[in-house]
Amino acid sequence: MTAQVDTERPVVIASGDQLKAKRLPTWAPVAVAAAAIVLAAGLVMGTGWGGPVLTGVVAAVLFIVGLGVAGGVVEGRRAGSNRVATTLIYSAFLLALAPLLSVAFVLVTKGFERLDGNFLGTSMKNISAFDANGGAYHAIIGTLEQAGIATLITVPLGIAGAIYIVEYGRGFLANAIRFFVDVMTGIPSIVAGLFILSFWVFVVTPIFNDGRPGYSGFAAALALSVLMLPTVVRSTEEMLRLVPGALREGAYALGIPKWKTIMKIVLPTAGPGIVTGCMLAVARAAGETAPVLLVAGGNPAINFSPFSDNQSSLSLYVFEQAGVASQYAPARAWAAALTLVVIVLTLTVLAKLLARRNKLAR
Amino acid sequence: MATTTGVPSPPAAGPGEGGSLPRKRPLGAEMLFRGTTTAAGTMVLVIIVAIAVFLIWQAVPALTDNDANFLTEENWYANDNPPRFGIAATAFGTVLTAVIALLLAVPVALGIALCLSHYAPKRVATPLGFIIDLLAAVPSVVFGLWGRDYFFEPVQGLSRFLHENLGWLPIFGSEGPYGKSVLLGSIVLAIMILPIVTSLSREVFMQTPAQNEEAALALGATKWEMIRTAVLPFGRPGIIASVMLGLGRALGETIALALTLGGVYKVSFDLIGPGGTSIAANIATRFGEANEVGRSALIASGLVLFAITLVVNMIARAIVYRRREFVGGSA
Repeated sequence: MTAQVDTERPVVIASGDQLKAKRLPTWAPVAVAAAAIVLAAGLVMGTGWGGPVLTGVVAAVLFIVGLGVAGGVVEGRRAGSNRVATTLIYSAFLLALAPLLSVAFVLVTKGFERLDGNFLGTSMKNISAFDANGGAYHAIIGTLEQAGIATLITVPLGIAGAIYIVEYGRGFLANAIRFFVDVMTGIPSIVAGLFILSFWVFVVTPIFNDGRPGYSGFAAALALSVLMLPTVVRSTEEMLRLVPGALREGAYALGIPKWKTIMKIVLPTAGPGIVTGCMLAVARAAGETAPVLLVAGGNPAINFSPFSDNQSSLSLYVFEQAGVASQYAPARAWAAALTLVVIVLTLTVLAKLLARRNKLAR
Repeated sequence: MATTTGVPSPPAAGPGEGGSLPRKRPLGAEMLFRGTTTAAGTMVLVIIVAIAVFLIWQAVPALTDNDANFLTEENWYANDNPPRFGIAATAFGTVLTAVIALLLAVPVALGIALCLSHYAPKRVATPLGFIIDLLAAVPSVVFGLWGRDYFFEPVQGLSRFLHENLGWLPIFGSEGPYGKSVLLGSIVLAIMILPIVTSLSREVFMQTPAQNEEAALALGATKWEMIRTAVLPFGRPGIIASVMLGLGRALGETIALALTLGGVYKVSFDLIGPGGTSIAANIATRFGEANEVGRSALIASGLVLFAITLVVNMIARAIVYRRREFVGGSA
């Protein structure tokens, strides 16, 4: 049958070249780039309009336009816009990389100038603007204590809240809680600080404190808890939802009460994921400056007690040193910033590594 | 049903009786556990309400003492007697810097997210995605310090260039000196929210069903058309959520703006001249020197910030919740 058809029609044997759409040769982008750079240099440097940075920008724009036009003419409009989009997406990536790399570079080079045993082991007590030494020991203590207390408060509360949402919550109350957990994620840290200021520091502590407001590290921990709570609830909730229903049903079928099922089966199964979420929340809270500034007040001396007197924290220390008029302050600020970033990133990396080993999330 | 052999019968019950269900005791462990978790969940609502109640309570003294109109006054003389302060300039600055930061950051962030999810080879994209996630955890004070001490130089150059070439636009009209400005603050803010928006939208893009992508490609779509028709529509609720989260961060950002804005209390669209302030930065810089009324006034401005972020977040969540039903995407 096919043979008949073949004989009746003139056969056109398509060669490989004709089947393929026309494409720009592989050297074309390079050629366009070279042309764009030459043109931009002539336009910008030649007329004295600007320097090398402007040349780069103009060259990039010319490259994108040129490649789009060349692609459009040779390959067709759709392929041309595909080329433009690809170039734009890659250049967005390069554009963002520059400042982020700069931050990392400055942080490491400036941070190591003063980061030594003396910096990590001394406080800022009796350090004047003319002293080159002084350190962040008191601030490290503050950060660790505040973040630690905040974790102790938030993790049980957050996990219990998530258990309610996933296992018990039905109807209006559960929906309202879910909605406001999401809304609460967006509360600015300074508002959390102001809340603890006007609730704990101005209203509650004067009762125990002869009517004087009590600024303390514990107040900062409370403010950090307000910030951490929605994150912990959200991540725990997501993890609990991943626990297969068959596990719960199996436990119920054996006659195990619901609360024991949750405590002994659901929570351990979701455990690694919950730990990851909590660690990420702690990492974020440990870097917050504004609440500590408002309710812990800062303190140049070492104060181990989170419940009495002002306390400092690493982020607050960076902010304070950034405002001090002393030639030695910037080095201290960067060293403290590096210390803080090391603490925060260690937590984050550990959390991410833990997440990779989490079987539920796969 | 047919194969009942091998299933052990309940020991307590005799044949045909069945076991009785355990009685529901009002003070048993189950009710206790349930009550505890319900209380913990309700804490979220309690905290939100408490924030509003306590902020209002502590803000009232300053608001009643205020000699100027709180909503229209630009200056902030809250420590004076009588105090004169208002949130016109600070609230305007908050919104202005956040919106500019968003305009700068979102296109770039979506570009990076697409690059990492669909363009870059997987061997490169995975570690880079990890690094972006890490950058999202870097505290804002670090970005603020970097912006004030290192980034102001390129922004100075940019400001001069913008003024020389586009000086006829009022936003670039200032003749300097160029230093701490709305432009510097906004760009630093944009760099800060970039990793957050990128990391969230990358996750959404990566969840696009492979069938949708392959179907688009099979119909002859170019890669960009595939992204426009399959990836972006699928990810829209996630994009909106991540952008709104970025906006929330930008509105509430304190320390980076306290370090990079000029602290000039004026409603002005001038981007490059010395100027700019925001509610959060104003609170952070003024808190140390504030007296009793001054603190109360700062709490009043914090209340406004709380209201703004609450409204933005509620709108965002409402959009995401409604769209999730139609698209079925996760956000």
